[in-house]
Amino acid sequence: MKKLINSPENLVVEAMEGMEAAHGDLIKAHYNPNFIVRADAPAKGKVAILSGGGSGHEPLHGGFVGAGMLDGACPGAVFTSPTPDQMYEAGKAIHGGKGVLLIIKNYTGDVMNFELAADLLKADGIEVESVVIDDDVAVKDSTWTAGRRGVGATVLAEKICGGAAAAGLSLKEVADICRKVNAEGRSMGVALTSCTVPHVGKPTFDLPEDEIEMGIGIHGEPGRTRMKLQPADKITEMLMDPIITDIPYKSGDEVLLFVNGMGGTPLLELYVIYRKAAAIAKAHGLKVSRNLVGSYITSLEMAGTSITMLKLDDTLRKFWDAPVKTPALRWGV
Amino acid sequence: MKELSSSAIVSWLQLLARIYEEKKDYLTGLDAAIGDADHGANMARGFAAVAAKAPQFEGKDIGFIFKTSAMTLLSTVGGASGPLYGSFFLQAAGKSNGKTSLTAADLGACLEAGVAALTARGKAVFGDKTMMDVWLPVLDAYKASAADGDLVAALTKASEVAKTAAAATIPLVAKKGRASYLGERSAGHLDPGAESSSLLIEALLTIARQ
Ligand SMILES: Nc1ncnc2c1ncn2[C@@H]1O[C@H](COP(=O)(O)OP(=O)(O)OP(=O)(O)O)[C@@H](O)[C@H]1O
Ligand SMILES: [Mg+2]
Repeated sequence: MKKLINSPENLVVEAMEGMEAAHGDLIKAHYNPNFIVRADAPAKGKVAILSGGGSGHEPLHGGFVGAGMLDGACPGAVFTSPTPDQMYEAGKAIHGGKGVLLIIKNYTGDVMNFELAADLLKADGIEVESVVIDDDVAVKDSTWTAGRRGVGATVLAEKICGGAAAAGLSLKEVADICRKVNAEGRSMGVALTSCTVPHVGKPTFDLPEDEIEMGIGIHGEPGRTRMKLQPADKITEMLMDPIITDIPYKSGDEVLLFVNGMGGTPLLELYVIYRKAAAIAKAHGLKVSRNLVGSYITSLEMAGTSITMLKLDDTLRKFWDAPVKTPALRWGV
Repeated sequence: MKELSSSAIVSWLQLLARIYEEKKDYLTGLDAAIGDADHGANMARGFAAVAAKAPQFEGKDIGFIFKTSAMTLLSTVGGASGPLYGSFFLQAAGKSNGKTSLTAADLGACLEAGVAALTARGKAVFGDKTMMDVWLPVLDAYKASAADGDLVAALTKASEVAKTAAAATIPLVAKKGRASYLGERSAGHLDPGAESSSLLIEALLTIARQ
């Protein structure tokens, strides 16, 4: 393993210290329990938004803390859900009197830890709404299983809800917008390489030079199927088809198209994917009115990409366009 | 008949810290195959934190020891196993409040409450390829053989059943937890949580025999 770390044990805290050093104007970090909040937290008179999850997905979630997006984020160990005490303390630190929205990616650990934290916050008399994001079409949905993973739509939900909260909407309204983003957003991902969890020291799975894993999540886990490497256009088709047919998106729909890098894929390649994805969307009669291209929800240094599509309406578009000022996303300010 | 004293319970928790540290790479390896390669690290981190609390356990009742362990696991393990093992010990604490030793029947009540907490938190059923595949038959086996009050005999039976039950998760397709994302590809692998649960029972037997 070759990594720019001092020790696996101190990795998360040292990264938090670095973030604070770099972006102290936007965020502040709290240690033991670990969480990141807006520099001006608690922002009074608006709904507070809290998310969190394992580390290794940067800039998600800490990089999205700031005006117009998240009020707080809890980083766990690499690929491991944070713990309820972190979420509880973070929730109290950001609560500005209008309740706290928890945005949770659908992983068993995250869901259970956030459930416990929600109970603790409610016991303090804080109003809490929880929304679980499960947008990954690679996993078959079923009430008998853990269901679909939460992936790319999480980034869009955090941005759009952040805009809604800043506009003064109520907790219930912001939560409903979050549910709408989850209902109208779908994703699928592919890996060209595995990734190495620092405390493990070797790649999570072995992938021969000419093979890819189709239908991956964001935890370096193998996907649904392994196949031979194909040209980018072909891979883009294999990602776009299950997304488009899932809801399904219909001709005439206005969409946001998000091409995400998994951490080890250059922007140069992401644009090749975007080019084809946009062409496929157009061929289906979809109107791509907004987009995002870059590495925003990653799986350490994994090479690969995921595509997320979100059907937009006036409300979602308005809050997507709203000003945002965070370490990783910034516009309109 | 043998009982488990407060200090035996503390020895058990310390033994678990050693076992999970020793088996860290092994459990994480199991999780790498069908999960996200963190189960060993999660368990080692959590039980090391519990063992570090040992000085506070001096002269305390088992309810206190279990409750402190539960809160420690909840705040240090993370993942799915943190809330699961945390809830297990929290409910076991409810059945051992004020007790400074556990009879076979007392331990049975702790196990029963703990397993009920796992079901309530994780909502998995037998055959989903999770730690429940171990805990449900272990509880049945323990209850059946603890009826005559012999703690060591009941734990011996429970430990045997735990090992077989953990191995029986290998051919299953996971329906809960991270492994379920793999669908059919999850078959052919031992469930890491089932294995860590089996180690936990086996360690309790080791302590009970001393
Ligand atoms: N719903 C559930 N009910 C009972 N046990 C479960 C459930 N989901 C997962 N498990 C157990 O948890 C084990 C995995 O624990 P681990 O510490 O690796 O957490 P994780 O699933 O990786 O959590 P996270 O998703 O936050 O990373 C599995 O092997 C399984 O035995
Ligand atoms: Mg795991």
